Amino acid sequence: MIAEVPNVTLPRLFQISRAVKETHDTFTFELKPLDGGEFTFKPGQFNMVYQFGVGEIPVSISGDPLKKTSIIHTIRAVGGVTKAMRKLKKGDVLGIRGPYGTDWPVLRASGHDVAIVAGGIGLAPLRPVIYHVLANREKYGKVILLYGSRTPLDILFMKEIEKWRARLDTEVAVTVDRASGAWRGNVGVVTTLISKAHFDPAKTMAMVCGPEIMMRFTVQEFITRGVLKDKIYMSMERNMKCAVGFCGHCQWGSNFICKDGPVFRYDTIHDLLMQREM
Amino acid sequence: MRHFVPGNDKIVIDSKELQKLFDVLLRHGYTTIGPTLKDQAIILDEISSTDQLPAGWTDEQAGGTYRLNKRNDDAWFGYVITPTSWKPYLHSPAAKFWSAKRNGRGFDVEEDKKEPAKFAFIGVRACELHAIAIQDKVFYGKEFQDSAYVQKRERAFIVAVNCSVAGHNCFCTSMETGPRVTGHFDIALTEIIDGEHHYFVAETGTDIGAEILREVSITPATEEQVQQAEKVVVKTESQITKLLDTTDLKNMLARNLENRIWDTIGKRCLSCANCTMVCPTCFCTNVEDVTDLSGDHAERWRKWDSCFTVRFSYIHGGSIRNSTKSRYRQWMTHKLSSWVDQFGTFGCTGCGRCITWCPVGIDLTEEAAAIRQGEKHVAVDDEL
Repeated sequence: MIAEVPNVTLPRLFQISRAVKETHDTFTFELKPLDGGEFTFKPGQFNMVYQFGVGEIPVSISGDPLKKTSIIHTIRAVGGVTKAMRKLKKGDVLGIRGPYGTDWPVLRASGHDVAIVAGGIGLAPLRPVIYHVLANREKYGKVILLYGSRTPLDILFMKEIEKWRARLDTEVAVTVDRASGAWRGNVGVVTTLISKAHFDPAKTMAMVCGPEIMMRFTVQEFITRGVLKDKIYMSMERNMKCAVGFCGHCQWGSNFICKDGPVFRYDTIHDLLMQREM
Repeated sequence: MRHFVPGNDKIVIDSKELQKLFDVLLRHGYTTIGPTLKDQAIILDEISSTDQLPAGWTDEQAGGTYRLNKRNDDAWFGYVITPTSWKPYLHSPAAKFWSAKRNGRGFDVEEDKKEPAKFAFIGVRACELHAIAIQDKVFYGKEFQDSAYVQKRERAFIVAVNCSVAGHNCFCTSMETGPRVTGHFDIALTEIIDGEHHYFVAETGTDIGAEILREVSITPATEEQVQQAEKVVVKTESQITKLLDTTDLKNMLARNLENRIWDTIGKRCLSCANCTMVCPTCFCTNVEDVTDLSGDHAERWRKWDSCFTVRFSYIHGGSIRNSTKSRYRQWMTHKLSSWVDQFGTFGCTGCGRCITWCPVGIDLTEEAAAIRQGEKHVAVDDEL
């Protein structure tokens, strides 16, 4: 008798219960399972999101890990699938596989200062960390969010950032590459904020997500300030088709980003990061 | 997967009786796949008779070269290795994951519920048994299993045939995968032509293998016949000249990602992906979404892909591996270095197909040696 093996390529169906335009090229969906069940994930994990007849893409989960009745995805329209997805509305149905991949070290960060650095859409996979840390605020030391965006119009989750900034127990700084309009805040790359941030390098857990080049320089700044290499984490991105280690696309050296990542501890990938065209 | 329990008895099957093996397997519901002459090559195809075996033919292989030659006997398995491997039968070049129908603003997903194919492979070489075992490690993942592969793999019956001739591109002895078959088979045969006598010495590797063999023959091989069979593999082994030095190979390549040899390979490589298509262990795939004209019916297909395409590493903004050099480096370091980290073995079995079917004859054993040599020179330069 040959055992039945479940088909891991089959999606679970979710309905869009809320569709929000975030910026000119980003949008957020709240998704509810059609089967009425729950969905649990860890901060940093991602789903494969399928649109009928169009295609399937990896998307990080940007919602609150405590909310098990829905999934939140924040997506930037950059390719064929995401541009088609942007046109979807409340009531439309998507296929979901997941959650997949490694998560941010929110448990290991307990007792540490938490320094979160995000660039652009990189804030989306880090937002679940912020929710978790704020929900368990007493377990952490200083909580710092440094966010860089291309222009003021590209700033993601602006209202929430303002709410976080208004709290007395967080330090939030935002910078833009190019200022426009009435922007009176920081101008420059996000790495410039690290030297001014108030954390104790010896007991800091750093979590970084953004364009690869931004992450490389951010890590360098943390190391300069004395943060330990094994307490810096970053989320990597590569082409991904299956998310379960079969398609080979997301290989990065010996790693499969889909199962060994996307969240990596810096000291384990340091050599790879320095290598071009890997 | 079936447990490998080598049988103690060696059985002899006269060539006139080998047809029974096909008949028994067909009767047990297997689709029998074996070597046959087609398109001026010895290829694998569905065959049901020993008449379809490539009697009296052999193949000559070298860098970028494959040609058929007449043998001076009528051996049925007297060739080196087929251009394509058994891979397409277990890991389909194109397979449908599922289909979906539009339903209002949503859709319904339907899984393909057809009975998986039940293949009997006849004529699997030692290196190819290892190739199958290597792909098993990929698709029988710890957390996830590939159902399409596993369903076919569990049903497959494997008749291995020891190599009686080695080609110029064979280096299984370096990879410790051959030429002798040592596991992963249900039945293993050695073909012997001794003057007028044409027969096979058979051994079994599994219970089901023993069961099937009993229906074909129960004649014990004589001591002399067993010795004849032994000589076949020993002779084949002595013909292998190509070597790949595997000493510290994994680490040697990992620390030579910037070796200048990659630039020279990059200039020769056409990025045609032939090596990945003929490789018996390469497993990469792409996914294609298909819709019909009405837009109400969609399908997801998986198709073989190759790390030699620029598109393979595309993420928004561009491809990670733009240069041919980086794509060749990805392929070769995967086979001989990172595969070891991922799955505990090399991703190379020494079958030599990538050398034979490379249009410009790039030979990974030569390139690995050149990189090793280059490293020594750099080390000497540093000291001076």
